[in-house]
Amino acid sequence: MSNLLRVENFSKSFTVHQLGREIAAFAQVSFTLQAGQFVLLRGPNGVGKSTLLRCLYRTYLPTAGQAIYQSQAGAIDLARAADVDIVHLRRHEIGHVTQFLRPRPRVSALDFVAEPLLQEGVSAEDACREATHWLQAFGLKREIWAAYPATFSGGEQQKTNLVHALIQPRRLLLLDEPTAALDSGARTALAGRLRELKDQGVAMIGVFHHPEDVAGLVDHEILLQPPTGAERRYAE
Amino acid sequence: MTDHAFHTPILVTKQPLLAASGLVKHYGTLTAVAGVDLTVHAGEVLGIVGESGSGKSTVLRLLNLEEPPDAGEYWLDVPEGMGQNLFTLDKLQRRLVRVLRIGIVYQNPHLGLRMRTTNGGNVAERLILAGERRFARLRGAAQDSLAISEFPADRIDDLPLQLSGGMQQRVQLAKAIALRPAVLLLDEPTTGLDVSIQAVVLDTFRRLQRELQLATVIVSHDLGVIRMLADRVMVMRAGRVIEQGLTDQVLEDPQHPYTQQLVNAKL
Repeated sequence: MSNLLRVENFSKSFTVHQLGREIAAFAQVSFTLQAGQFVLLRGPNGVGKSTLLRCLYRTYLPTAGQAIYQSQAGAIDLARAADVDIVHLRRHEIGHVTQFLRPRPRVSALDFVAEPLLQEGVSAEDACREATHWLQAFGLKREIWAAYPATFSGGEQQKTNLVHALIQPRRLLLLDEPTAALDSGARTALAGRLRELKDQGVAMIGVFHHPEDVAGLVDHEILLQPPTGAERRYAE
Repeated sequence: MTDHAFHTPILVTKQPLLAASGLVKHYGTLTAVAGVDLTVHAGEVLGIVGESGSGKSTVLRLLNLEEPPDAGEYWLDVPEGMGQNLFTLDKLQRRLVRVLRIGIVYQNPHLGLRMRTTNGGNVAERLILAGERRFARLRGAAQDSLAISEFPADRIDDLPLQLSGGMQQRVQLAKAIALRPAVLLLDEPTTGLDVSIQAVVLDTFRRLQRELQLATVIVSHDLGVIRMLADRVMVMRAGRVIEQGLTDQVLEDPQHPYTQQLVNAKL
């Protein structure tokens, strides 16, 4: 079976002009990933795990190397793909799931999580039904579905964020510590949803502070090493 | 610095709806725009950021065919564009493209609205320019556009003068989309509004953008607004584009020293 993603000698360093220096994040990372596989990134804080995910999503520009992704329309190097192609992939194929919700003022939780479906042309009715189902599954209290997530607690925001990120099936999911502030019920719901997506063939690359949250899902682990002889950038 | 030569698009094979290249504009001895290229696909939002005087609003005026450039080419993939550089079309053809295909919302509502014409009348004006004369049609279309811009129906016969800033922007938006344009140009559309009103207006933009699949260009110095609306962003300084990329990438991993400074100053 061919690889969904082939990462080769992937490297990232930040040039901070104000300091006049180069700060290395990770260097020479290589691995492959197939449809339905889950790869767990491991390593100490600051070793560049989240940065690697952000480079694959192109929130950060990779400095060197390749990440050949097998899209539905053919192979494409995520490191060098045109911006409009990345926009396309983000809308349809690649999801980035973080622990941080960026709520938009005056948009209710229900509308917020339904949005990715509406973007794909799903009818308002179906989108609402789906959104309701998943908010319930993740244990967000029904009373607050119509409220603005900006007013939610950390855990409630995170649940909203996860439903938003996982409601629309993707071919590749980049999971950046999505369990950080979740209660056990929501962790179970998340693991269940990830299992379901994995069985549907969704590939995942994850960073988990508590890998036991995804025990039984992980196919491979990749240990990131601090770049030698260079300064490290401590992730937020 | 790394060489970030990107590949040409291979997934998005459709031609951009809007393409402009080599835009140059002088005012006397001042060079406002010194060679700008840009493309926008249908359904895409391009942000332009930069400080006052960077040339970003001038680019928008050129794209709105408000004034001629000193150099440059501009194509829109619409029938009225006739596959030609729009700057070379005659005045009537240019006006037709502008009326039918380009909508604009200005920061200053006085630029976009007649303050002593009713809100409904302001919106209907777009249709009159396009040749519609039947009153019922005009009123119906105006009501429609105002409604999808989330403007309250009971204020359609009031004057813009009597409205809050947020409501005035909704009327401008309704006017801009009255003829279902292909291109929407937004010039600091929420600057000066209260933060809470700003959020609601921005959300209306987002919804319309999604529903109408417009090719949108938004100019703002407010990076929060750009982050919320734009897929891609161009950073302008002294009439030139010094950096461009995906919005989150430019804001979180800026490459150019000036952009690093700009982002750190504003966030």
